[in-house]
Amino acid sequence: MQNEYVLQMKNIQKEYYGNKVLKGVNINIKPGEIHAIVGENGAGKSTLMNILFGMRVIHDTGGFEGQVFIDGNEVNAKTSEEVMNLGVGMVHQEFMLISDFTIAENIKLNREITTPNIISKTIGGSSLEFLNRKQMNKEARAALDVLGMNISEETKVAILPIGHKQFVEIAREVDKLGIKLLVFDEPTAVLTESEADNLLAAMKNLAAKGIGILFITHRLDEVKAITDNITVLRDGEHIETVPTTDVSVEQIASLMIGREVSISQNVNMLSESEINALPTILTVEDLHVAMPGEEVKGVNLEVKKGEILGLAGLAGHGKIGVANGLFGLYKASGSVTYKGEPLDISDTKNILKKGIAFVSEDRKGVGLLLDGSIEENIMITSMQVKKNFINSFFLINTSHVRKHALEMIDLLDIRCTGPKQPTRRLSGGNQQKVCLARALTQEPELLFVSEPTRGIDIGAKKLVLDYLTKLAKEDGVTVIVTSSELAELRSVCDRIAIIAEGRLEGVLLPSAADVDFGLMMSGEYHKHKRREA
Amino acid sequence: MNMIKKLGLPRIIIILFFLSLWVTAGVLKLYLPDYLTDSMIRIGMNLILVLAMVPAIRSGIGLNFALPIGIICGILGGVLAIEFKVVGFEGTALVGLGGFLFALSIAVPLAVVFGWLYGILLNKIKGSEMLVSTYVGFSIVSLFCIAWIILPFTSDEMRWPIGKGLRTVVSLESTFGEFLNKLWAIDLGKVSSSFRGLIIPTALLIFIAFVCLIYLFFSKTRIGIAMKTVGDNPKFATAIGLNVNGYRILGTILSTVLGAVGMVVYAQSFGYLQLYQAPLMMAFPAVAAILIGGATAKKATITHVVIGTILFQGLMTISLPVASTFFLEVAEFDGGNMSEVFRMIVQNGIILYALAQGGGSND
Repeated sequence: MQNEYVLQMKNIQKEYYGNKVLKGVNINIKPGEIHAIVGENGAGKSTLMNILFGMRVIHDTGGFEGQVFIDGNEVNAKTSEEVMNLGVGMVHQEFMLISDFTIAENIKLNREITTPNIISKTIGGSSLEFLNRKQMNKEARAALDVLGMNISEETKVAILPIGHKQFVEIAREVDKLGIKLLVFDEPTAVLTESEADNLLAAMKNLAAKGIGILFITHRLDEVKAITDNITVLRDGEHIETVPTTDVSVEQIASLMIGREVSISQNVNMLSESEINALPTILTVEDLHVAMPGEEVKGVNLEVKKGEILGLAGLAGHGKIGVANGLFGLYKASGSVTYKGEPLDISDTKNILKKGIAFVSEDRKGVGLLLDGSIEENIMITSMQVKKNFINSFFLINTSHVRKHALEMIDLLDIRCTGPKQPTRRLSGGNQQKVCLARALTQEPELLFVSEPTRGIDIGAKKLVLDYLTKLAKEDGVTVIVTSSELAELRSVCDRIAIIAEGRLEGVLLPSAADVDFGLMMSGEYHKHKRREA
Repeated sequence: MNMIKKLGLPRIIIILFFLSLWVTAGVLKLYLPDYLTDSMIRIGMNLILVLAMVPAIRSGIGLNFALPIGIICGILGGVLAIEFKVVGFEGTALVGLGGFLFALSIAVPLAVVFGWLYGILLNKIKGSEMLVSTYVGFSIVSLFCIAWIILPFTSDEMRWPIGKGLRTVVSLESTFGEFLNKLWAIDLGKVSSSFRGLIIPTALLIFIAFVCLIYLFFSKTRIGIAMKTVGDNPKFATAIGLNVNGYRILGTILSTVLGAVGMVVYAQSFGYLQLYQAPLMMAFPAVAAILIGGATAKKATITHVVIGTILFQGLMTISLPVASTFFLEVAEFDGGNMSEVFRMIVQNGIILYALAQGGGSND
């Protein structure tokens, strides 16, 4: 009876340091079923996979609640090898292939077929046996055939296009004896459209052979095209599992996004006509940024003076790259106009001088001098750029620095033992406040804030967001917030620009429908509207 | 417990070793005032060379094993002072001041140029500065081995009597030898006979204090703080608009200049200039001293310099007489070489320890 399912996960719950990231998730997959898990970044998909594969990070943080059954047997795996031996395979986003080996060698990596020789017989053990290439090639061929891949198994992986590498990776899983379930984690993210189509066809092929497939993706049209059932996760909650035939792409999108907003709504939000009436402070044309993992491929953006503009999008689609590129931290090109004058986006110092400040998303790497004290961190940009906090002997004016730091600690409620405390010892939320204090000390007219609430507790979150609102509405600072938390952006921003696949997909008002946000974030808004028309 | 943690085990061992050697010296009835005078002079002559490590560490290039670059500049200054017979203020208490200042005026601009070029090199090999700097230091010494032979010096004080080139050791007696050591020196032996032989090299101590103060002043300026920021976190520095490569070059130049100044001071105390292979290993005692003082490859202060130089040089001064007396009296064999063995173990051991720590832990 239990064997009805290849994988069952029952009421899975997981806490990270008191923060519940999975709140009772149930997954059931039958042999031959393609089951999609969809959700925003941080919805709990990767945690769920970490639990399935018994990754260390789960056990190191206190394990999980709930039960996992593979092929009807309860599993409590401590390592991913255990799970893999039970017939579960994983196709990774990044390829784990050795480029100087042939396809067959890669497929058989660490499971090589060997024949004994005189030395291995004398010494014993199999580590000195010869490779049986004939048999290896034959079995690799069989695996490739299952996927409908007609390239020679003796080709070196190095010369393969990306799409084929993905297939080699899958073939390795298929080749394993008794494979019952394959997990595809964002397999099409790096593929071109036609390569993705091939992959989807191969997945259907595999399913037809009775292998269960768990498909994790952001691309809703792919989900709609090939899956049997869809599980929607949102903020760690299991929202719904539905047969794919019963829902439309729009319905999936709004299930993914829709949620109650927990942060107080910005009540002074501007209407569309009010925004249009504002003067333009920053114009960005055809911005390209070579930030690894967050590449921007041509963004046009107009920012109005005094508004709060949100930059939203999925991880890896380039929203983070926009602020970093405009600030000269990564190689960037494009024409930028600030207050009617052209702005050289490679000259960080000049940008800072013009009253533009940036709170980085990489708090510990770029945002803070971890060994420096709170006061040092707060004053340094202003000192270096505007030559503040220097006395008439060209020395640092320590009393002025101290006074200002105490004011900032008070203003932003930085919880610390004093202005001399190294920022390394502060909690994430207080570190973020120090970063913000540093930017404010510059007295900026235009403030970029990236991921202001990442990894900080709800209290600090509220304070930071409220302060950003106050800055814009009371002090007239233009604020550009980049965040993965769409709900937050919708609560504080006047407008939200959505970046998908390195380009501006569209600009929405926070009040726009969940469906539109969902479609834009998966980059299908225009495709979809065209289809409707 | 907190104290042990703060100082670190190796430093505690060295402090205990240092104290036990001085106590042993007392027990063996060695005449301590002589060794105290010796210690003060050695501390004075080495301290600026140790200080030269600070800007290098602060600006993020790590321990400057290429200190011989600065040292060579200092030697060039000294050699030229002899060549042109610059002495200055003959017949007054300030005799030698002219030569000393002349040597500095040659050494410092040269060090700026060499430091700048070397800084450009270091910016191209980020991440392996310490390895490369060791070999750059060795190479420049070898290069100047040729230079000492072919440069057209004419002073008979320096040339070999027959053949070409300069001698391996050149006396500074006629120019600025022991200029700072003797200037305003206070002989405490005149105050009380029990202090006979205890001489305080006032001008030397004032000079090193002056150089340290200038550096302290610099480190509190906007530029000094920017340089430290670059060393602490280059990514952060870029994000606040600092020119990371520029400040690394500045740190390299400062380190090289301090090396040059340090060499001139060292030479005047020693009374001789040692050419050819002598500067080859001179970076290592300086590196060891600052590490003993508590610095790491990433963090260094003037306090580390002062404590480290006192411990390291004090240790060197006393270990030779203690070792030779001890072995002669207790083991009945000549243990004179043992102090050199100690020196090597302490010096290279502490460098090895500090580098194995991966730059030390700050928490």
